[in-house]
Amino acid sequence: MEWSDTGIVLSAKKHGETSAIVTLLTKHHGRHAGLVRGGSRKRIQGILQPGNLVDARWRARLIEHLGAFSLDLVTSYGTPLLLSPGPLAALTSACALSEAALPERQPNQPIFDGLNFLLQSLIEEYWPKIYVKWELGLLSELGFGLDFSKCGATGQKSDLKYVSPKSGRAVSESVAEPYKDRLLPLPPFLIDSDAAPKTPEMLQALILTGYFLENHVFAQRPGGMPNARQRLTDIFS
Amino acid sequence: MSKTEIDDLIILLAKLPGLGPRSARRVALHLLRKRESLMIPLSQKLSDIMNAIKTCPICGNLDTDSPCNICSDFRRDQSIICVVEDVGDLWALERSALYKGLYHVLGGTLSALDGIGPDELHIPKLVERASQIEVKEVILATNATIDGQSTAHYIAKQLADANSNISGLAHGVPIGGELDYLDDGTLLTALNGRKPVAY
Repeated sequence: MEWSDTGIVLSAKKHGETSAIVTLLTKHHGRHAGLVRGGSRKRIQGILQPGNLVDARWRARLIEHLGAFSLDLVTSYGTPLLLSPGPLAALTSACALSEAALPERQPNQPIFDGLNFLLQSLIEEYWPKIYVKWELGLLSELGFGLDFSKCGATGQKSDLKYVSPKSGRAVSESVAEPYKDRLLPLPPFLIDSDAAPKTPEMLQALILTGYFLENHVFAQRPGGMPNARQRLTDIFS
Repeated sequence: MSKTEIDDLIILLAKLPGLGPRSARRVALHLLRKRESLMIPLSQKLSDIMNAIKTCPICGNLDTDSPCNICSDFRRDQSIICVVEDVGDLWALERSALYKGLYHVLGGTLSALDGIGPDELHIPKLVERASQIEVKEVILATNATIDGQSTAHYIAKQLADANSNISGLAHGVPIGGELDYLDDGTLLTALNGRKPVAY
């Protein structure tokens, strides 16, 4: 078995003395792990940093085997971010969430394109908005899509201020009044595409998506949501 | 010594870095041939070190004294703490003999998937040390990797209330390095960190 694909490095774990088991999010083969021989050597470690875009070639005798990767670096998205705490935390969080949440070997090109776009955008000023949109996209692809298009109770399209933690649908302010302690605030930038998020709104957005990630995607996972996601929230708090 | 015991020795030696089963067999044979001159002193030294070695309760360094020789040396600059990932990094800085301050060994980096958190890395202890009045600067000498720098940013945030300057190591072209052989990331970091040239 052999294939070539483009992938994003999600993680690399040392295996034995010189090798590493690397997990990639590939364009056509989904989240896929493989052995990189010599992956623990200093010369290769730069290629195996999370968030790197690589050209990958995977080989194995049988398809169910772990197989071995040979990797060539295309772009290091992380390097320009090393001195920027926020974007670096977003990169680490996105890679950790993808690694922990996505099923193995299930191709899903929108997920790959979404992560690739997010990593490209982390050098831009508006990266926080893209990050939250990416998490919403991830939730949607995993079957927990949130709907902010209209009020879940009345169908009205204006005055949407909250999200129901049960249905994941927006709730208008008038309907939410008696229950608003139990609802999650909906930051305006998530319904108005032109609005730029302020820090408190960004925190609200991360709490909103974090709630659904924690209670739906990672509820059954030992250890819950990856710590990297919490560290991103801490940056805005 | 029966064959099984020699096999056990080979299995243990093969666990050392750089040694596979074949080289472990060679080492075992060498030790068996030089029992008096090598095997006895080596086994004695290993036993002595095993009983004497301690982790420094202040900085996390490995030494036979507690606190370690670095922490108890009052000729060293007590106002600077250099934060490193591992004892190996501390040794590297000590080999250079350029740094004369104190250290703090984290014992790793924050890891997204392995669940390594601030408590496992002795970060609360570092915050406590950095808050002492005599500490003027904390140098974050973590590796130039995604995990290393994420850890550095996290520590910098934790130290925001401490009354000390927080600095990080420079990244860029190594001494003796040629631009042609550098990766794009290192080149970019070097360009971003350029300095005026004296004349």
